Amino acid sequence: MSQPFRTEKGGRIDRGEQLTFTFDGEEMQGHKGDTLASALLANGVHLVGRSFKYHRPRGIVTAGSEEPNALVGVYRKGDQTPNLRATQVEVYQGLEAISQNRFPSLGFDVGAVNDLLSPLFPAGFYYKTFMWPKAFWDRVYEPVIRAAAGLGKPPKNPDHDTYGNIYAHCDVLVAGSGPAGLAAAVAAAETGAKVILCDEQAEFGGSLLSDENATIDGKTPIEWVQETIAKLASMDNVTLLSRTTAFGYFAHNYIALAERVTEHLSDPDPKLPRERLWQVRAKEVVIASGAIERPIVFPENDRPGILLADAGRTYLNRYGVKVGNKVLVATACDTAWQAAFDLADHGVDVVAIADLRETPPENLVAIAQARGIRVEAGCVVTGTLGRKRVKAALLGRLMTSGQVASAGQVACDAILMSGGWTPTVSLYSQSRGKVVWDEAVGAYVPGKSVQNERSAGAAKGLYGLQATLEDGYAAGEAAANAAIGKEAKVTYAAASGGEAGQGAVLGALPHDRNASRVKAFVDYQNDVTAKDIKLAAREGMQSIEHIKRYTTTGMATDQGRLSNMNALSIASGALEKPIVDVGLTTFRLPYTPTTFGLFAGVARGDHFDPVRKTPSHDWVVANGGVYEDVGQWKRTWYFPKSGEDMHAAVARECATVRKSVGLFDASTLGKIEVVGPDAAEFLERMYTNPWKKLAPGRCRYGLLLNDAGFIVDDGVIGRLADDRFHVTTTTGGAPSVFATMEDYLQTEWPDLDVWITSTTEQYAVAAVQGPKAREVIAPFIEGIDLSAEAFPHMSVKEGTFCGVPCRLFRISFTGELGFEINVPRRHGKMMWETLAGEIEKHNGTAYGTETMHVLRAEKGYIIVGQDTDGTVTPQDAGMTWAIGKKKHDFVGKRGLERPDLVAENRKQFVGLLTKDPKVKLEEGAQITVAQNPATGTPAEGHVTSSYYSPAMGRTIALAIVKNGHALHGKSLYVPMPDGGIEVEVTSPIFFDKEGARLNV
Amino acid sequence: MKRYSFLELAKNAFSAHQNWGRQWRAPEPKAEYDVVIIGAGGHGLATAYYLAKEHGVRNVAVLEKGWLGGGNTGRNTTIVRSNYLWEESAALYNHAIDLWDGLSQELNYNVMYSARGVMMLAHTVHDVQVAQRHIHANRLAGVQNEWLTPEQAKEYCPPLNISKDIRYPVMGAALQRVGGTARHDAVAWGYARGADDMGVDIIQNCLVTGIKRGADGAVEGVETAKGFIKAKKVAVVAAGNTTTVMDMAGVRMPLESFPLQALVSEPVKPAFPCVVMSNTIHAYISQSDKGELVIGAGTDQFISYSQTGGIHISNHTIDAICELFPHFRRMRMLRNWGGIVDVTPDRSPILSKTPVQGLYVNCGWGTGGFKATPGSGHVFAHTIAKDEPHPINAPFTIDRFKTGRLIDEAAAAAVAH
Amino acid sequence: MLLVYCPYCQVERPETEFSCRGQAHIARPSDPAEVTDEGWVEYLYMRDNTKGVYAERWRHIHGCGRFFNAVRHTVSDDFLKFYKAGEPMPDLDELAKEAGK
Repeated sequence: MSQPFRTEKGGRIDRGEQLTFTFDGEEMQGHKGDTLASALLANGVHLVGRSFKYHRPRGIVTAGSEEPNALVGVYRKGDQTPNLRATQVEVYQGLEAISQNRFPSLGFDVGAVNDLLSPLFPAGFYYKTFMWPKAFWDRVYEPVIRAAAGLGKPPKNPDHDTYGNIYAHCDVLVAGSGPAGLAAAVAAAETGAKVILCDEQAEFGGSLLSDENATIDGKTPIEWVQETIAKLASMDNVTLLSRTTAFGYFAHNYIALAERVTEHLSDPDPKLPRERLWQVRAKEVVIASGAIERPIVFPENDRPGILLADAGRTYLNRYGVKVGNKVLVATACDTAWQAAFDLADHGVDVVAIADLRETPPENLVAIAQARGIRVEAGCVVTGTLGRKRVKAALLGRLMTSGQVASAGQVACDAILMSGGWTPTVSLYSQSRGKVVWDEAVGAYVPGKSVQNERSAGAAKGLYGLQATLEDGYAAGEAAANAAIGKEAKVTYAAASGGEAGQGAVLGALPHDRNASRVKAFVDYQNDVTAKDIKLAAREGMQSIEHIKRYTTTGMATDQGRLSNMNALSIASGALEKPIVDVGLTTFRLPYTPTTFGLFAGVARGDHFDPVRKTPSHDWVVANGGVYEDVGQWKRTWYFPKSGEDMHAAVARECATVRKSVGLFDASTLGKIEVVGPDAAEFLERMYTNPWKKLAPGRCRYGLLLNDAGFIVDDGVIGRLADDRFHVTTTTGGAPSVFATMEDYLQTEWPDLDVWITSTTEQYAVAAVQGPKAREVIAPFIEGIDLSAEAFPHMSVKEGTFCGVPCRLFRISFTGELGFEINVPRRHGKMMWETLAGEIEKHNGTAYGTETMHVLRAEKGYIIVGQDTDGTVTPQDAGMTWAIGKKKHDFVGKRGLERPDLVAENRKQFVGLLTKDPKVKLEEGAQITVAQNPATGTPAEGHVTSSYYSPAMGRTIALAIVKNGHALHGKSLYVPMPDGGIEVEVTSPIFFDKEGARLNV
Repeated sequence: MKRYSFLELAKNAFSAHQNWGRQWRAPEPKAEYDVVIIGAGGHGLATAYYLAKEHGVRNVAVLEKGWLGGGNTGRNTTIVRSNYLWEESAALYNHAIDLWDGLSQELNYNVMYSARGVMMLAHTVHDVQVAQRHIHANRLAGVQNEWLTPEQAKEYCPPLNISKDIRYPVMGAALQRVGGTARHDAVAWGYARGADDMGVDIIQNCLVTGIKRGADGAVEGVETAKGFIKAKKVAVVAAGNTTTVMDMAGVRMPLESFPLQALVSEPVKPAFPCVVMSNTIHAYISQSDKGELVIGAGTDQFISYSQTGGIHISNHTIDAICELFPHFRRMRMLRNWGGIVDVTPDRSPILSKTPVQGLYVNCGWGTGGFKATPGSGHVFAHTIAKDEPHPINAPFTIDRFKTGRLIDEAAAAAVAH
Repeated sequence: MLLVYCPYCQVERPETEFSCRGQAHIARPSDPAEVTDEGWVEYLYMRDNTKGVYAERWRHIHGCGRFFNAVRHTVSDDFLKFYKAGEPMPDLDELAKEAGK
């Protein structure tokens, strides 16, 4: 029979819909509404994985997101996602799941040899060995350790799924939809507050979905959940998000939610994102994350078939699955008794309830006896048998002496355990709140709120259905009131049943076994045993953080939600300190592991970072231009003609500009409009140069320092009117220069009457450079006399280009006659295409950034960021001429006077010519006095720029060299792996030293 | 001290590991020490270790407000490399590399230094120029660093996406083969165990509340949660809290403390062979021995001592990781956390005497302190013992900010450390 | 992702609309020529970097573009006050007391 462990009826599964799935290739059946875990259990499969270190066979332990063992890989579209919790994976038709961390198979895993060798592998063993021989760490030990470690296999192929992103605001965010969460959502929603209710599970209701016994307002819990959800769904002010995990609580009540949109679907709509990231700014948050049950630490408590009692109850009542046919219940807490009763009521043979308490509540004992269940009080499990599935438990009687006496063996195929409950304080802890130890609850509970949040119900250690509901309502009311100042009369639902359970146990149980031979697991996934924690304490690890790191307890994928309290208790015993003095590790985000793709969202390809394009973009693409990335900009690097490599293209472009004319897209340069009566005074303070006497219609090169005295930017600044300047900056420096100007203007010199506006995007700029430049632009320019007399070098005027208003600069970064035409951005394409057509008539060329770099290097013009690096002063750069000598102050002036900036031996900007004119130096190469310097010799400087110069017919280079200004004519060396290259230090100006070509 | 070895491990297996001794003691402070070190992170503990080992200064206390190794030592992404641009930096970090190699044997504690190679990607022409400058400078300085083409980079790191179609294609990479990772906790524990064995008192849960100076201005001791402790030499190695501690001695520091985030994925089988860093798109990633992808994110824009950061910061880093390694989009974040890094104006550390006689400071490592741990401790111990800097840390003064003699790695290369 | 209030726009907006520009109320010396090297390094680089209540500069960079000041607790990251540039620094101890920090 298919699904032999399925009950006859009941549960939230759709028995009418049968689904086929595979696990490790074996075909099985399940139902809609099943998780992979419940479906596997229905098929009698408990063994689902192997543990991290010892490769012990492991089974499903929980029914929730804290599952430590049942981690599987799921195939979808040919690639697998590793480490998914089978307790969260919903079964769909065709689901393909595989087990992990085993070779060659789950049933026979060679890694299990580790379990036999485990005496050699106590906590932290790797810190004590693998040190000899030294070279073996990288080559032998580490590769072996790495191959053995890890859980699932990493995904192999690029992920093609999409992920969505939503920003939302709400008055009250309720995280969790158990009784407290639902009550809170209802109470808040009734006030009219905007409410978001999210739950990590597929269905709302939390623990109510597993409860068949209680009633709320006379209804079954499920009926009440359905009614409540229907009501909330009908309200416009409520957003319901199932399959949505509140995984991160950030500052200022900013909460991140992960919604799994299509994970559960067999054939999802390709238009839908796989997951969706919600970033919610909530005025108030109600944390209703509930509590989870604690495992009991007894020897061999990790065998497949050993589950938490509440999980057993959930599988039974919610999924219609019996975890076994002969079930032992081992508990310290009342609540597990209800699991035993429910199982018995479904015909499962409950072989015994072993309660470690001497006198369990009489009423429970009576109910058990009425069902014929054997009750063992003062009894613990001292061991289990069965390798791939538990087949028997050893029982022990607790003696008054504290010793344990054997109480025989009981055959079983499943054990349900309960050590009591641990409130889930992860979100609270993430909100930066400090948890406090509550002796009555026997757990850490949320302390003072530090953000606008409140925990409700079991999340704060409050148990019992009635109390939880009431607390939820109250929390919802209070949250709404705090958020929007409104109250509403909410009728509290009344519950019967679902009473709070008493009793709990922390830490390792006593037993009568050889302590050094048995393993009682605290952290299942990381294979941490009680012995490991004691060893860490013995070795001097005092803080729980040390114990955690040394043993790795609490570092598994559940972040210790299952294991922390037991680990703390064992540590507390070993250190002989109260639990509160041992400390508690911090819960970090995310609450449950969260897909990278969810964070990355749409930030892929061109959406990874915005692409900034200039008006020539389409033309460049059509004409075969090659782009380089400069910041976010795409700038044309060079324009190869067919058959040309970069060197040939650049050589041709350079020669063409010098011979006739070239066209360059300078739109990326930063532009800032500085306007106002004090505009000149402002620039006077910002830049090294003097500005007050610059006549309207004239331009000047401006040099910008920081207040430390180092060059940070440069550019030509044109004065359009007494109160208006057009400032240009480097491409990369545009945003920071503008920000710096705003900073000084707003916060240091608010007395200045100046407005500055970034106009980088307002203008398209074409640079026309070369002897024929005037002829090229003349046909299109109106309103400006272009003659050398009327419009000399370093001039600016406003006119029109093809009838469009333009700002025309006569400036040059090539050393040739040059113009830069600024037109409104929307006319940029027209301007570029017009000019591109025109230069062809003059045998000109379009050129890119590389040619621009060569041409300027021939003229010895610096590029800030290439020839300077944030450590270069104007003096170093040979630009003392750019400093206004009479200025009392400018940004950087005081910095320049500091001792090291005026010291001898500073590195200075020079030209370099290799002795062999064919040899091109490498940019970044170092410069030394010796031809073959010894290793460790301090460099005299380095090559900042190096090119083949068509104009010079040889290579040229620019460099920063110690005392370089005094070394012109001297020889130095550029040491390379195959020997030093001799260079002569020269002036950085190689071509047209007099500047005759500029002034034509 | 009982030596660690496989043999010892096997021997102890027979006694069920009941006989291992403490790795370090939990002493109460004495009334007086020759040197008090404030901060039991990797740097502070290494300083104590080398003071005792190399300079015979064993009457030393290391005071820690929390648990040893609990600050940035236990929170970083464990990258080790030395391919810095400036000769001063390269010398300091390379000194550390020399000590990393053999540190496990030196400490008799496996710190798992794994020279798996650190590859720094270049995505733009400017990146290539910067990387080449580093390689040339490093070669002259005797620091290993080499250039890889995109294809060579892919061969070294097969998951790398070198497609030309991505937003910022990989144009090449600088590879330092001796770079890699080490196990952060083990570094702190190994130094702690070694120092403790030589008599150093490591005193945890002992907050320093004041630094006492005498009439002549010189240091006389520290006020702590466990009372006054006399010492003529006090060394501050307090990372993000340096400003606060130095304030106690009345010394202003050119520091700002920012939250720096890091994150790990769930563990998976070997998927990533080396360390890859990209300064241009802000990502660095490696895989731990346990199988987690270890990813470094950026700092928030404001100072904070909260040890948490904004989601947009880690988001941005994951964007970059998924762009470079698109199949990691289906990996999942397991833990995200923050540390507090103290940053100097030139992004280089301060390892220096101070204007106060007997007060020494080791700080300003920003995002890159872990890799320097052995070298930093080694030269700082020298500085304290001799009351003068070791030649390697002589340039790393506080005074350089006044004179302008900066060691500006950030300006020179836009390198996130 | 902090929530920041711009006192000019009089709106709360997410942090990414703003740029934090470090400690507030550090004035550039009005006559730098008169300032010693010590004074200049103090202006350039020395910061209180307070663990606690701290006045810092923010700019509504993707909004009105204005600089303003904020007082924030650097451990909790809670803002205690926003005020316009040019207004005097509030009494930080007083603010801390009010906020109960």
